[in-house]
Amino acid sequence: MTADYDIELRNVVKEFPTRGSEGALRAVDSISLQIMPGEFFALLGPSGCGKTTTLRMIAGFEEATSGDILLRGKPMQGVPPFHRPVNTVFQDYALFPHMTVLQNVMFGLEMENVSRTEAEKRAKAALELVRLTQFDRRPRQLSGGQQQRVALARALVKRPAVLLLDEPLGALDLKLRKAMQYELMTMQNDLNITFIYVTHDQEEALTMADRIAVMDKGKVLQVGSPEEIYETPATRFVADFIGETNFMEGRLVEKRGDIGMVALKGADCVVEAELGAANPQVGDNVTVAVRPEKITLLRLVDQDDHLHSVPAAEIMAAVERETNKTLVEGVVQFANYIGTDTRYIVRIGGSIDLVVRVQNFGERFDTLFHKGERVNVFWATDTARILVE
Amino acid sequence: MAQVALPDRSTQPTWIAFDQAKIRRDLLIRRFGKVFGIVEPVFGYFFLWAPILLLVIFSFNDSRTVSTWRGFTLQWYSNIFNNIVGTEARFSTDLMLQSLGNSLFVGVSSTLIATIIGTMVALSLARGNYPGKQYIDGLLFLPVVIPEITQALSLAIFFNVLFNWFNSVTGIPAQSGFGTIIIGHVAFNISYVAIVVRARLADMNPRLEEAARDLGANEWQTFRRVTLPLIMPGIISGALLAFTLSLDDFVITLFTAGVGTTTLPVYVYGLLKLSVTPEINAISTLILVASTVLVGISLRLQGRNVAS
Repeated sequence: MTADYDIELRNVVKEFPTRGSEGALRAVDSISLQIMPGEFFALLGPSGCGKTTTLRMIAGFEEATSGDILLRGKPMQGVPPFHRPVNTVFQDYALFPHMTVLQNVMFGLEMENVSRTEAEKRAKAALELVRLTQFDRRPRQLSGGQQQRVALARALVKRPAVLLLDEPLGALDLKLRKAMQYELMTMQNDLNITFIYVTHDQEEALTMADRIAVMDKGKVLQVGSPEEIYETPATRFVADFIGETNFMEGRLVEKRGDIGMVALKGADCVVEAELGAANPQVGDNVTVAVRPEKITLLRLVDQDDHLHSVPAAEIMAAVERETNKTLVEGVVQFANYIGTDTRYIVRIGGSIDLVVRVQNFGERFDTLFHKGERVNVFWATDTARILVE
Repeated sequence: MAQVALPDRSTQPTWIAFDQAKIRRDLLIRRFGKVFGIVEPVFGYFFLWAPILLLVIFSFNDSRTVSTWRGFTLQWYSNIFNNIVGTEARFSTDLMLQSLGNSLFVGVSSTLIATIIGTMVALSLARGNYPGKQYIDGLLFLPVVIPEITQALSLAIFFNVLFNWFNSVTGIPAQSGFGTIIIGHVAFNISYVAIVVRARLADMNPRLEEAARDLGANEWQTFRRVTLPLIMPGIISGALLAFTLSLDDFVITLFTAGVGTTTLPVYVYGLLKLSVTPEINAISTLILVASTVLVGISLRLQGRNVAS
């Protein structure tokens, strides 16, 4: 029997009994996911969002309270972890301290009754795959990065259908983490094994995953490619958790196709943004989300601009020609120069502060503004989103 | 952006004053503390070790009287292996060695049983999940804290009742012997073994067992290949502790003993009834050395850390 998905979760619920009082803690609240064969799938969310519990249910360490977990179409209900064709790389590696590196990697093969010579051959091959040759060392004699490689080899040597990774790079320092990210991606690509990768690091998820499921409070809020998650977040939580976002509260005053006009709360200011899938009605309270790097700051035309090669008036004229845009006046409150970018805080409508990120192209394009300067604030409508929750 | 209020410089002192008297007082307190830190353990260890040290010293004293030091001798050690303990007519080296043999037999048997049961109790308490677990956990410490005489009496009464009932049902007269002593020793040793093994289990990373199961080991294989090797130092340490306690036990042994089951401590106590002789000092010193070595090994094994 062939199945469309490597792993499928159908309305999976996990409740933990709470000590003392009756009732239970819902760690995972009715989630459904479909994970494709060969996919690098990330479960992303803050700590306590249920991502690790979800992974542990797939591994078999926890039994779902209700719902189904299917592995290549076969329900996994009641199947103990040692009979599931999935393997886990644990956050703290969980290497057996009383065994050598080679014995650690051979352990899984011995459990399959693979002959000793064959097991040793395969274990050594797996260790070479992760570029480790210290077979006879004990785990405690290895560095964190090396232990991580042993854990990876120990899981991969079993040739699992799906590899589960529970924040495997969490304990490594930044530089090593970056290198391992790249290595994991290459390895996943070469071996063509489905990876389910749990992380709370949004950058890691964006970098590595083919698709991301953003979780919060036991629920899956959005599933999509890194681009979809970043560019078109479904909820305020997703927009806030992934990258930096400006949120503006207001009331929807007009709808024009898939564009909405929002009158900002406490400010004399109307902005434009794309309507999300929630499709709110005119008069509803909504939130407008726009990324700091999507906002452009423009010098006011009446200022002296003879120093610059591209006159402000010319740029303004181009901006004026845009049909779907927000163009309001603002005042620079703060300017933080941070090397590649300058990070501005700009107040619009007299009371709303926006973070604006401007890349430092240099003098030629005139992107430096100073504190207290009045500027035009512009963003294209399709870069801003209207969110309801 | 809100204006940040800067502190008004004019109201702050331009220099910082030190209270010399306060500093002197605090330094004095610190010096007292340092002196006390040296003196206090000397006092403590003196009360703890002086009597034992005296016993050891006088086991090498070349005089029958305990009061004065007359020079070094190994006479008393040689005496106890030559059927002489002062004027004690009942003493014989054979009897002493026989009682030592009894002690070892009781010690080994009770240690084996207590180690197996104690380890199972520890595993159940550390990994099990059942109602009332915390109460069983608390009860575990009971044999450690209740007076030994209470436990000894309760065992004596228990066996008495049991034997009476057995006699009335089967007509066969049952009586105390090695069996009752071993059961008595197992009764208190289970606690010690369980406490030591459970400490070891608590230190163990639960992910290790999960990793084993994840890699295809069933519950028995996981226990055999991962859990047991990792808690083995704890089990051995608990067993050595149990063996030592069993060897040294007097009260419970006396209350559960039968005919011909005299253990070494009971035998030594019998000799003491008449007078303290240098030979008894020598025997006690030998027991002390054996116990210290065993407990030392036990502590060393407990101290070996479980790498996660």
